[in-house]
Amino acid sequence: MQSTTLIIVLLGLMTLAYYMGRKRSLSLVNGRVRDLHSLPSYYGIHTALWCGVPALILFVFWISFEGAVVTGMVVDNLPQEIQELPPERLNLVMNDIRNLAQGDIVSREVDETMQGAADHYSSLLRISDMSLFVIGLSVAILGGLLAQRSINRHQRARNRVEKAINFFLVSSSSLAIFTTIGIVLSVLFESIRFFQQIPVTEFIFGLEWSPQTAIRADQVGSSGVFGAIPLFAGTFLITIIAMFVAVPIGLMSAIYMAEYAGKHFRALAKPVLEVLAGIPTVVYGFFAALTVAPFFRDLGTSLGLSVSSESALAAGVVMGIMIIPFVSSLSDDVINAVPQAMRDGSYGLGATRSETIRQVIIPAALPGIVGGVLLAVSRAIGETMIVVMAAGLSANLTANPLEAVTTVTVQIVTLLVGDQEFDSAKTLAAFALALVLFTITLALNMIALHIVRKYREQYE
Amino acid sequence: MNNNLQQQHDRTMVRVQQGLDRRYRQEKRFQRIGLGAIILGLVFVSFLFISIIANGYTAFQQTYVKIDVNFDPEMIAPIGETDQEVLSKANYGGLVKKTLRDMFPEVTNRREKKVLYSLVSTGASFQLRDMVMQDPALIGTQQSVWVLADDDVDMLIKGHIDLNVPESDRRIKNNQMAWIQSLQAEDRIEKRFNTIFFSAGDSREPELSGIKGAVHGSFFTLMICLLISFPVGVAAAVYLEEFAPKNRWTDIIEVNINNLAAVPSIVFGLLGLAVFINFFGLPRSVPLVGGLVLALMTLPTIIIASRAALKSVPPSIREAALGVGASPMQTITHHVLPLAMPGMLTGTIIGMAQALGETAPLLMIGMVAFIVDIPGGPFDPSAVLPVQIYLWADSPERAFVERTSAAIMVLLAFLISMNLLAVWLRKKFERRW
Amino acid sequence: MEEFVNESGVVTKPLNPEAATEVDMQASYEQHGSGTVGEIYVDDPRMTCRNVNVYYGEKQAIFDVNLDIGKNQVISMIGPSGCGKSTFLRCLNRMNDTIDVCRVTGQIKMDDQDIYDGGLDVVPLRASVGMVFQKPNPFPKSIYDNIAYGPRIHGLSDNAKHLDEIVESSLTRAGLWEEVKDRMDQPGTGLSGGQQQRLCIARAIAVSPEVILMDEPCSALDPIATAKIEELIDELRENYTIAIVTHSMQQAARVSQRTAYFHLGKLIEVGETDQIFTNPRHKLTEDYITGRFG
Repeated sequence: MQSTTLIIVLLGLMTLAYYMGRKRSLSLVNGRVRDLHSLPSYYGIHTALWCGVPALILFVFWISFEGAVVTGMVVDNLPQEIQELPPERLNLVMNDIRNLAQGDIVSREVDETMQGAADHYSSLLRISDMSLFVIGLSVAILGGLLAQRSINRHQRARNRVEKAINFFLVSSSSLAIFTTIGIVLSVLFESIRFFQQIPVTEFIFGLEWSPQTAIRADQVGSSGVFGAIPLFAGTFLITIIAMFVAVPIGLMSAIYMAEYAGKHFRALAKPVLEVLAGIPTVVYGFFAALTVAPFFRDLGTSLGLSVSSESALAAGVVMGIMIIPFVSSLSDDVINAVPQAMRDGSYGLGATRSETIRQVIIPAALPGIVGGVLLAVSRAIGETMIVVMAAGLSANLTANPLEAVTTVTVQIVTLLVGDQEFDSAKTLAAFALALVLFTITLALNMIALHIVRKYREQYE
Repeated sequence: MNNNLQQQHDRTMVRVQQGLDRRYRQEKRFQRIGLGAIILGLVFVSFLFISIIANGYTAFQQTYVKIDVNFDPEMIAPIGETDQEVLSKANYGGLVKKTLRDMFPEVTNRREKKVLYSLVSTGASFQLRDMVMQDPALIGTQQSVWVLADDDVDMLIKGHIDLNVPESDRRIKNNQMAWIQSLQAEDRIEKRFNTIFFSAGDSREPELSGIKGAVHGSFFTLMICLLISFPVGVAAAVYLEEFAPKNRWTDIIEVNINNLAAVPSIVFGLLGLAVFINFFGLPRSVPLVGGLVLALMTLPTIIIASRAALKSVPPSIREAALGVGASPMQTITHHVLPLAMPGMLTGTIIGMAQALGETAPLLMIGMVAFIVDIPGGPFDPSAVLPVQIYLWADSPERAFVERTSAAIMVLLAFLISMNLLAVWLRKKFERRW
Repeated sequence: MEEFVNESGVVTKPLNPEAATEVDMQASYEQHGSGTVGEIYVDDPRMTCRNVNVYYGEKQAIFDVNLDIGKNQVISMIGPSGCGKSTFLRCLNRMNDTIDVCRVTGQIKMDDQDIYDGGLDVVPLRASVGMVFQKPNPFPKSIYDNIAYGPRIHGLSDNAKHLDEIVESSLTRAGLWEEVKDRMDQPGTGLSGGQQQRLCIARAIAVSPEVILMDEPCSALDPIATAKIEELIDELRENYTIAIVTHSMQQAARVSQRTAYFHLGKLIEVGETDQIFTNPRHKLTEDYITGRFG
């Protein structure tokens, strides 16, 4: 709440600075705007920017590093034996201290050291907040005053303001690149740490996946096996099923909409189908787990088949339903991009509609359709919630769609949700899986976008 | 020659006629397949909605039981003190139990008593406490109070419990059935509109759980997301569309944006986990981090939509403004941006709708914690609607199924209104040049 | 012709009820009819058009056109752009059916069969009235498959050898065989513009039609390719009836025996090509061919 107040005060100061800058510029020339280099409002904005921006930058940096610095200071004051704990244990202790400071329930006995540390923690936070408030506002006022002082008749306020805006524009558009770099770095670093513990070959070619590692050294049993082939196979199986549902239905409905449907039918059916695209994936997941999976299981039982209640079939079919509008809108685009001249040429020879569609339009649109299907595949591979809720957790290496399989995304979620220790192979494995996921979807997108672009150029 | 061709033409016409039936049958079949595909799609939509609504509409009602409470001073304030501290610590659970025992005196067996107590919700004791604390004069009186029924009773009343199942597999046993029937005979059971669902946070008890916490969490998350992604997205679009020189750097940016639009959402979650939480040390489970992650995720959508909106503003507008001596920046801010704004807003709303329904990246940054309190700001730990749905969907109680479906209905209502708003905006401000 | 497409899609009632008998119709021309100058009838017609009106939605694009198209003749249709000549041409094999809002009234007969009769099938009609379009539109298939497309969908060939023969003879008749015989499996889109247009003509010939409609077939071509096509049209005249829309008067003069002049959706004048170009009878025709507008 402290920071919200600060922001509001800062905004108020900026408004004030705007009017002060404006007023000063006007008073300098006795109200004759033509004598100024720029319009008065630019002087106002210039002043306001000097008031707000440095303070905001300070604020962001402060917030970003406050946690780390305060934690470090608290840790330094802890008794020696706690400081020497391994990092993940130390983290747990810190968590408790934080919870204690916030008045939440704590997972262990509260002793004096803990209470002391918690008090220390909250007092540090208070000091930090207060100093941020004071320093931040001083910076704002100082910046505003200096800028207001510097105003003169020849100051190129407009150019400066435009430069600032331009800087904002450039950095905004560069954010996309930083996001990509951020993704690559964050996934890559943890993956490298993972591959230091588990050889790459074992990860990529191993046939068994069982990430449960022993928590204590003396524990018997699972030692953690990280062969990702069953996950890849499971992802592949579910993706294939989804495509078997989505591609024919999506493509045929796009064809019908584009070539057969009357205006009224299209106006009604198209938005309804597009509703499917707007439904959150968690809803599909619930639908799959609650309705579709039991339906397939009962159907299987009545046919004498044993269908797992977390069958790949249920997850795949529901994922296919989710992707239908995606396939159909992409196909719709490419079918409409086929020039009318192609259709005319075919109709002019006496071909029927379906002959024209099957033998002229689809072959002509094929590259675009393939590109669209690749994009759909990449989406199916990366889809998470449906499989988390409706597919299994155990890594079976099977091609039988009636059995439960698990996928890359399911494993990422199960490995990372819940208690984490950031050094165990188990958590790091999630990042290695994410690296694979990111690489594959990126490659698919690049290929698909390339194909689609080539296709567009062909008819432009 | 001419004759020859005439014959050839006649032969052709004969063959064309011969093939016609088959070809028209094919045509019909193809058309039917197409229509079938669309109908199948429509069936899926309606099936999904029907299944959700059928499962969820009952959650908007809640079963209440009327019990006759004797606010015994012995139990509440034995020494006659009525200050709030004492009142709040009295044994109201015992009071509820005693009331139930009095209503069914025939129950004596300890095991049976335990079953009897489970007729009403654990929330009943809090209700009694609040009544007493508000009006201490109640102590010593006998009152008829409507209290929340337990979720199993609620399910039975709503007909979600299959009575053909053998008793041992049933959540409601035969003796409970008998009690409930006797209560019903005395008009002591009633269904009312479920206000708790809209006014409470999460709870382990289905009858006490609500979506308010999640709705607030979603609101704060979306606000953060909007505050970041809208200005940044519009700025990026303006730069790329209006100012960017055609060079390698802008090419890279464009390829990047297109690829980011198709990166699986869960990967953004990992980015948030690694950067915001592990590197910057921001707290887990808070809307601030959720909003940041979702902002990065929706940026490509907003940028692409905003660029399309800018493209649709004809160059003549720019030329006119530049022609009267406006600087490029003035041209953009005074003329181009206002004209492109409806399109940009439409894109932003669609991006926000996407963010509102997103679950996977939020799981990665720890927004799956069980949080009872209703968050008061973007720095408080909170859940969001889709994550709440995910959590409830995982809960074994039958009563959570209907609450999950009801929460989905609320979420879909938000999404549909956002999309309608976008459609309305587009319709209202659509301009043809 | 595109200018007439009205997107509103409102369909109005026919303005012109079906005309009565031939005699009556002829009588009415003299008095108030369509006002076409010149000889609209020929002795040996392949197609006869009577009182043809075309509407795009509410907008009328063709007004009461009466015209005969003679056997084994080339008739050219000229006029300023937007005059409806392409629209009229597309009526002759019902290509306008593909436009939702387009409606045709009146009577167009081919060999005594009304092609707008409800029971008539467009598939055989289009097989006997082929069409070549303004821009060459080869399918994105091989040269061979482009030509074989028509015979295949109509089931014209008995076997693979027969299909080869059809392809070869069509290409030969279109004067393209020598140029492409060694690269039949290459895509038709890889040919030059003029070759593509001849490929489209060969594609139309492959289903052995009686009439070939050509909609400004040379407008996208260079002069040399144009000369080749014109030569080809002259050769084809021997065996086919050809109707060609062009906005080049020279082209009309070179390839056609009869010429029809359209203006704002009305057929103004029709007659022997020589007579139209040397001695136009209608003021509008004269203005057009002397280059006063258009």
